[in-house]
Amino acid sequence: MKQDIFQAIADPTRRAILTLLAIQALTPNVMAEKFDMTRQAVSKHIKVLHECELIKPEQSGREIYYHFNAKKMQEFDHWLAQFRQNWETQFNQLDQLLTTIKEQE
Amino acid sequence: MNNDLLFDFNVDKAAKTVYITREFNARQSLVWDAFTKAELLDQWGAPAPMRAKTRYMNFEVGGRRFYAMISPDGQEHWAVQEFTSITPKTNFKMYNTFADKDENRDLPGSEWDYNFSEQNGITTVRIAIFNESLERMERLADGAVKGLAAMFTILEGLLPALAQKA
Repeated sequence: MKQDIFQAIADPTRRAILTLLAIQALTPNVMAEKFDMTRQAVSKHIKVLHECELIKPEQSGREIYYHFNAKKMQEFDHWLAQFRQNWETQFNQLDQLLTTIKEQE
Repeated sequence: MNNDLLFDFNVDKAAKTVYITREFNARQSLVWDAFTKAELLDQWGAPAPMRAKTRYMNFEVGGRRFYAMISPDGQEHWAVQEFTSITPKTNFKMYNTFADKDENRDLPGSEWDYNFSEQNGITTVRIAIFNESLERMERLADGAVKGLAAMFTILEGLLPALAQKA
C-alpha cells in the first residue's frame, strides 16, 4: 500500500471531500462551493487525493467530474481486516501454546 | 477451538489509541509468562507463516527486547521494545519502535500498555496501543497501527455512503 494514502486521509478537509464524493461525483467548482474554499485550495486537495488514487477524474463535456475510487477503499478495507486477522492468528497460536504447557504440568 | 473466549478490537481516534481485549483459558501467571518470556513469545508472537525471533530480551524497567519478524522468504523485520514500567503479573508498558538489524531505532514509535486480570480461571489481557501522531504516517512498517487508526476515521465517514450504493 502506498504511504501517500495515510497522509492524504490525515487531513480533515480531504476526508470530508472523500465522504462527499462517495455519494456523488463532483466538479472542482462545486467542491469549492460546498466547502467554501478557493478553487486553488480545492485543486491542491484534489491533487493529493488523485495521486494516491482515492479519486479519479472523468471528462463529461467541458467539465471534469471527480469520482470516489471504491476499489482503492476496498484495498484499505482488506488491509484493515488483515491487521485484525494477524492478531486473531497470534492469539489462537497462544491458545495452543497455553494448552500444551498446561498438559505438560 | 475456544470460540467462547472474548476477542475485542477497537480504535479510539480521538485518543489515538487502539484497544485489543482477549480472554485466555489459563491462569494469570502462565499468560503473563507467555507475554513476557522470550522463549514463549517466539512461539506465538508472530502470525503464521511469519515467525518471531528474539535476539535478546531483558525484561526489566529500562531493558529491551530486540527481535525480528521473519517472513517466509527469510526477510527480517527488526523492532525494539523498551520496557518503561513493570508491575509483575498485572501490568507492563513498553515503547515499540522499528529498527534496523543493528538495533538502530527508527523513531517515533508507539506506546503499548498491557493489563492482566483473572476471573474463574480465565485470564483477560487488555492491550492499549497509543500513537503520538496520527499525522506522521509516513511509514507503512509502523503504519500497521497508525494506518489502522486513520482507516477507522475515514471508514466511519465512508461506510454509510458505500452501503447506500451497494
